[in-house]
Amino acid sequence: MSLEFLVASAIAMLVAGGIYLALRGRTFQVVLGLTLMSYAVNLFLFAIGRLIVDRPPLYAKDVVEHADPLPQALVLTAIVITFGMTALTVILSLRSFLESGSDQVDGMIKTDGEGAS
Amino acid sequence: MILLDHLSITPIVIPAVIAPVTMLLMRRHKMAAVTVSLAGCAAMLVAAIAAFVIAQDDVIRSYTLGGWPAPFGIVLILDRLAAMMLVLAAVLAISVLVHAIITGADQRGWHFHPLFHFQLMGLNGAFLTGDLFNLFVFFEVLLIASYGLMLHGQGALRLKAGVAYVVVNIVGSALFLIALGLLYGLTATLNMADLAVKVVLLGPADQGLLRIAGLLLMTVFGLKAAVVPIHLWLPRTYAATMPVVAALFAIMTKVGVYAMIRTVPLIFGAQAGAASWVPAPYLLPAAILGAVIGFVGILTARGMREQAAFAVLASTGTLLMPVSLWQEVTLAAALYYLVQATLAGAALFLVADVTMRRRGQYADAIVPSPHFAGQDMAGLLYLVAAIAAVGLPPLAGFVGKLLILDASFGITGWQVIWATILATTLVGVIGFSRSGSTLFWKAAPEHADAIAASRRSNAEFVAPIMLLAMLVLLTIAAGWVTTQTRATAVQVMAPDRYVTAILGATL
Repeated sequence: MSLEFLVASAIAMLVAGGIYLALRGRTFQVVLGLTLMSYAVNLFLFAIGRLIVDRPPLYAKDVVEHADPLPQALVLTAIVITFGMTALTVILSLRSFLESGSDQVDGMIKTDGEGAS
Repeated sequence: MILLDHLSITPIVIPAVIAPVTMLLMRRHKMAAVTVSLAGCAAMLVAAIAAFVIAQDDVIRSYTLGGWPAPFGIVLILDRLAAMMLVLAAVLAISVLVHAIITGADQRGWHFHPLFHFQLMGLNGAFLTGDLFNLFVFFEVLLIASYGLMLHGQGALRLKAGVAYVVVNIVGSALFLIALGLLYGLTATLNMADLAVKVVLLGPADQGLLRIAGLLLMTVFGLKAAVVPIHLWLPRTYAATMPVVAALFAIMTKVGVYAMIRTVPLIFGAQAGAASWVPAPYLLPAAILGAVIGFVGILTARGMREQAAFAVLASTGTLLMPVSLWQEVTLAAALYYLVQATLAGAALFLVADVTMRRRGQYADAIVPSPHFAGQDMAGLLYLVAAIAAVGLPPLAGFVGKLLILDASFGITGWQVIWATILATTLVGVIGFSRSGSTLFWKAAPEHADAIAASRRSNAEFVAPIMLLAMLVLLTIAAGWVTTQTRATAVQVMAPDRYVTAILGATL
């Protein structure tokens, strides 16, 4: 099997799993789904510089073809941001669970007066 | 003058410096923190107005960060559109900040001021940047700050709405990255001006991917702007947030619209092959549905905050109708409406805040309550804000809607736009008059003692009056503002000038 096929199907599987989990009702599964999706996005970004093997990322004297370093920089930024976001969602869902006693994303809300309309 | 050369970056630098300073000061020296925060906001307003004045000469200025030339480094672009949005954001920010300080909303947690300034930094950065990945980063900056602000003051309901809001936006960010990846894979650049050049050169084999990338990008901007099929997060989030924060958020939906106005004529313009005017066929139906759902929401809302949230939704729908035609005249009308809708939406939230503070346990529910202190003033402000939001004469909302009707006349599909705007305005009038008369005219005798006791300072009215005064000013100066928006629209619809200014090459 070609490298392209493997990477593409890996991205597809991660996205499919991610979407399925992100649409679930409980926050834990949603967080997992978001994580899977961010992996898929990172893989995808990594692959946009074309899938080539054994090429130097920066200038080397006797090599004609180079790998594109920019997608790697993009992935790095995206990883940092999604990592921070995941941490935030974990904390948020924990707080939400502790305060409302339910881990449903969109389930029954026990209103406690504040902001109830 | 040296400082003038760096004017493009000052709206980003000022909040970036102010935010950590206020964070450090907040624990020990609250008064100092508040002063610094206000001073920072005022400085930002000055910088924004200076940028606006400078942009008057129609020159598109690029600022290369680190001195790297355009396609390789990150550039900031200062043109009429960016300057206009900067001024709008600064005006809104200073009113919201004043209101937060007067009502003490900023003291309900440690980090209101830093988050507020980081949010402004993200907003200003998104308006100024000339690089799509940089736009993504600034979107994240403003979103992360908005998560913090949204949860400010806590409460279980707010946390529940917060989880949904964060999840929706993270999925949006993932889509944004995929769209950027596709564009980069196709063109090997993410600089907007460079993209405009490279997209034209793409071969027929890449047209499908380009179209997908464009549509994905528009989906993401649509998500930020709460365009109809993906708007469901907005009413819930904005109704659960503190009203003063929601007032600031009134400009966040407009950032999505701004990003569309910025990228579509530039990158997906007439020469972009399969991706030319890529959102056009979908945007108009979505905008019409958005206006309908928004105004019907105003009619059916049970709380003032919910109603204001639907007003924001309705204004985005109305705003996107002329935008989706992608013509100079309609865009000029849309820009005028954008300014007034942002201010009117924010004013509605602030009036809701003032009212609910005085109504005790009735809060912002649209039900009759006993007479409360300052009821007449609150009612008057509500009337003015509602007139502006719904678009009745004599305020700017009416001028904006008239401009939209006038500009869209004769363009394919104008009948639908006219019908939608006129019908939804009627629905909006009914909605606002129903809630206004319930809130301020009808009286319920229960709990009268408790509410009479909840006397509050009249200083609370200052910020809503500031915003409404801006709206009145916008109406009086409508002639001048429309010449501004027309010049802006001309500049936006001429991407070759943008490209020349940044790359030195021609399209």
